[in-house]
Amino acid sequence: MVQLTLPKNSRMTVGKTWPKPEGATNLRKVQIYRWNPDDGKNPSLDTYFVDMDTCGPMVLDALIKIKNEIDPTLTFRRSCREGICGSCAMNIDGINTLACIYGMDEIKGDVKIYPLPHMPVVKDLIPDLTHFYAQHASIMPWLETKTNRPAKEWKQSIEDRKKLDGLYECVMCASCSTSCPSYWWNGDRYLGPAALLHAYRWIIDSRDEATGERLDELEDPFKLYRCHTIMNCAKTCPKGLNPAKAIAHIKKMMVERVV
Amino acid sequence: MAFLTDRKRAEGLGSAKTGTDHHWHMMVTSVALVGLIPLFIFTFGAVLGSPYEEVIAYYQRPFPAIIAALTMLVGFIHFRKGVQTLIEDYVHGFARKALIIAMICLSYSAAAIAIFAIVRIAL
Repeated sequence: MVQLTLPKNSRMTVGKTWPKPEGATNLRKVQIYRWNPDDGKNPSLDTYFVDMDTCGPMVLDALIKIKNEIDPTLTFRRSCREGICGSCAMNIDGINTLACIYGMDEIKGDVKIYPLPHMPVVKDLIPDLTHFYAQHASIMPWLETKTNRPAKEWKQSIEDRKKLDGLYECVMCASCSTSCPSYWWNGDRYLGPAALLHAYRWIIDSRDEATGERLDELEDPFKLYRCHTIMNCAKTCPKGLNPAKAIAHIKKMMVERVV
Repeated sequence: MAFLTDRKRAEGLGSAKTGTDHHWHMMVTSVALVGLIPLFIFTFGAVLGSPYEEVIAYYQRPFPAIIAALTMLVGFIHFRKGVQTLIEDYVHGFARKALIIAMICLSYSAAAIAIFAIVRIAL
């Protein structure tokens, strides 16, 4: 049965309020979800004050500043700091996005940062994406061919290459899947918008020769048809992609096979 | 279930190779209801509040009776498939199967009662 309340050991508590930096005049209050698997305590919301006069413009800049200057135990993933690696996906101001490309000035009031929703938490802002990555692997995200390999390369027309635009840009940050209520309730079986967007990327690739097998593998009440076009995925995608549209195209192809 | 690989968990029992029929039937019944519901409201509204004899006479005419019967039939088929999706979304385990069976019984019973009533009036 769907859970509408958090388990006892996941309920939020009030955390520590860290002192304001001395002499700062342009302060921003940042509240961050904290959970340490080693101390046996419930998660808490710690409060930090960041001097924006000496901080970069993005939420990731504030997080790095907090880790460097206030609390070195704060844990989060980050790498490229320019929206390419997808590491720093988190729930900022109520929306799943990448901390590195989300500006502090886009947030009104206090900045509230949580890990991606409805995923097991490893520590602080780090979700466990093991199942998410395994689901991605299950859709065979590579070129499948049966024809003998050509001497040079698999050719593709400019028009066919254009069909991959809006799909290949996905950085697998998991913002979309973790914003999807269907993925929250049935994430063990529903592939989620990210994996389905990648599945469609290979289904419509003109060079791929496993279209039928790919559609066969997706034809399932849970793997594919848990998508109810809620559109949270398209709304939250930090790269501006539309996984819901890709899923609708897959459903359309499924119908075309039958009717 | 310990020591399962991540891939094994993600693959689960594999694809059921079904679901498209359900999806297609939901679309067909939705389109049908777009036409039927306004016609039903229009015909039903025409005799709403009328005397008993007048309503009986009205539903003995083929058009209102057929519209009412089709609306009930298509409506309950749509209801049955829609609620199944709802149950699959929110209920897990044995309760899911039990509720789906109960909902199918309820839907077809309601449709049968409605059709029987309309036929009895019309014929």
